Amino acid sequence: MEFKFTEENLKKIEEVLKKYPEKKPAVMPVLYIAQEQNGFISGEAMAEVASVLEMTKEDVLGVVTFYTMFHQKPVGKYHLQVCTNVSCMLRGGYRIYDYVREKLKIENGGLTEDNLFSLEEVECMGSCGTAPMIAVNEDFYENLDLEKVDQILESLKQKN
Amino acid sequence: MEKIVLPDIKDFHLIDVYVNNGGYSAAKKAFGQTPDDIIDQVKKSGLRGRGGAAFSAGLKWSFMPKTTDKPKYLCINGDESEPGSFKDRQIFEFNPHQLIEGILIAAYAIHAKITYVYIRGEYHKWVKLFQKALDDAYAAGYVGDKMKDTFGTDFSVNIYVHKGAGAYICGEESSLMNSIEGKRGYPRVKPPFPAQNGLWGCPTTINNVETITNVPPIINKGWEWFSKIGEPKHPGTLLFGVSGHVNKPGVYELPSGVLLTDLIYNIAGGVPGNKKILCVIPGGSSMPPLRGDQLEGVKMDAESLKAAGSSIGTGGVMVMDEDTDLVKVLARISKFYHHESCGQCTPCREGTGWLQKTLDRIARGEGSTKDLDLLISIASNIEGNTICALGEAAAWPVRFTVTRFRDYFEARVGKSVELPVANKVHSMRHTAIPLAEIKN
Ligand SMILES: Cc1cc2nc3c(=O)[nH]c(=O)nc-3n(C[C@H](O)[C@H](O)[C@H](O)COP(=O)(O)O)c2cc1C
Ligand code: SF4
Ligand code: FES
Repeated sequence: MEFKFTEENLKKIEEVLKKYPEKKPAVMPVLYIAQEQNGFISGEAMAEVASVLEMTKEDVLGVVTFYTMFHQKPVGKYHLQVCTNVSCMLRGGYRIYDYVREKLKIENGGLTEDNLFSLEEVECMGSCGTAPMIAVNEDFYENLDLEKVDQILESLKQKN
Repeated sequence: MEKIVLPDIKDFHLIDVYVNNGGYSAAKKAFGQTPDDIIDQVKKSGLRGRGGAAFSAGLKWSFMPKTTDKPKYLCINGDESEPGSFKDRQIFEFNPHQLIEGILIAAYAIHAKITYVYIRGEYHKWVKLFQKALDDAYAAGYVGDKMKDTFGTDFSVNIYVHKGAGAYICGEESSLMNSIEGKRGYPRVKPPFPAQNGLWGCPTTINNVETITNVPPIINKGWEWFSKIGEPKHPGTLLFGVSGHVNKPGVYELPSGVLLTDLIYNIAGGVPGNKKILCVIPGGSSMPPLRGDQLEGVKMDAESLKAAGSSIGTGGVMVMDEDTDLVKVLARISKFYHHESCGQCTPCREGTGWLQKTLDRIARGEGSTKDLDLLISIASNIEGNTICALGEAAAWPVRFTVTRFRDYFEARVGKSVELPVANKVHSMRHTAIPLAEIKN
């Protein structure tokens, strides 16, 4: 599918470019903008980013694949990121993770059939003191138990 | 006890409240002195880096070359991705202006006209909170071109946020610079060090968020005052993030040198069910763990922890009670470092994978005593043979856990036991405190 930045996003990119002495350093913020517009970073989006920033497509691909937060395939409307690292693990992180897997019947990296939820087992999110946690897209839900996980998933389903 | 980094002042994150409490007066004071004077005071204060290595901040600043036409840069490290570390996000949320003011002073001291604040990508909320504070500071003329009028100085600095995108390695300072440059976050071979050859080949200083937030009070109240707080060789307060099996997990600001046992039992409310402690990792997951019977008398500062056989790291204290399955914990730690290895060096890329595989095998009950020696040998082959310290970060926990808990591991090899590692969901809920209250 063709990808072109919207007028509004081109303006955002112009603002971003002011932060740096050259164009290339803007690649991460510009990829974020592309991901927000497109839902994920497609090959076409990478080509467009490369052309806007005068980089090679290979260089852009190299950046995309290095960072876990750039998605090369679509994620759910609600991207669930469950931390299972040590501080969360000690307070039930794996119970939460397994529960979500079973409840939504998807594995790590999976997407529900209705495209509503995707799941990712993530590394420490900086919520160790309020563990266990799930991030839903950009929002952190902390101090969780299974009951709260149920409530979160229900309320997200209700919204649709 | 007076708090320096996260003071108990209501709404301190708001610019008006910050200014009404003396905010931005340290910057004004600093601009009336020479940059070298500032470096001298920070050196004498004894302030050491809070990002892991506890290196003298003033000394690091003094490495910046004085005679060069190249632009100079300051980078603030807010990547905060070490498992067990969650302190810098408190500063972004509760005291962003003191960080900004610290940046002004540090940038002045090293002649930097541009500062990048690198914040981990997952911290969307804290990026927004910090950006809001930064926008307010710009609007009020404390940052950027208007500084000249506000402070009556020739100096000005621009501060920009650069958001990461989910790579632990970008907390390593040279990887962080490559990431800002728009490249893959590969660590660079050192030397040359950043002060010689940093961002775009220009002199660059990298400091942790908490380190820089300490600077305004040092300038305002004087280096003597700061140097007398806590342990003389590592003075000041530290933000301790206590997590795992304690009744009151959270971030606590205390003078350096506080007893680890005080921190766990008095401040963080002790262990649920009064269980015994099996293991404590005192400084974030890459630091050597201490056995439950090694905790008595251990003080929380760089020198004392070194003497106790560990390291202060980022002050992330992870507590594990007697029912913890330490093999699974170590396997999980190794999985993390394997996942985060950037793959440039063979010993790290391959070694972290072997560590993980071997530990998984032991955790499944299919290990043998030989595997314990194998683990030590893999770890030793990583240490010292890599470009960056992620190698050590991966090797240390394995080497020290297997050595210090040899009995535990020997009892475990060959046997598959179901120890309840993850059964705490319900039992501890009532004790966890909401984010907004952590500061208290
Ligand atoms: C693998 C690795 C990850 C690191 N992550 C961080 C981090 O997230 N935040 C940080 O401040 N320092 C981190 N560091 C340490 C930095 O390289 C650097 O020493 C530090 O930011 C310097 O700041 P300071 O002197 O104020 O402590 C990391 C180091 C390594 C080897
Ligand atoms: S030690 Fe590991 S993380 Fe560091 S540069 Fe080498 S491969 Fe990359
Ligand atoms: S271990 Fe899960 S947030 Fe830190």
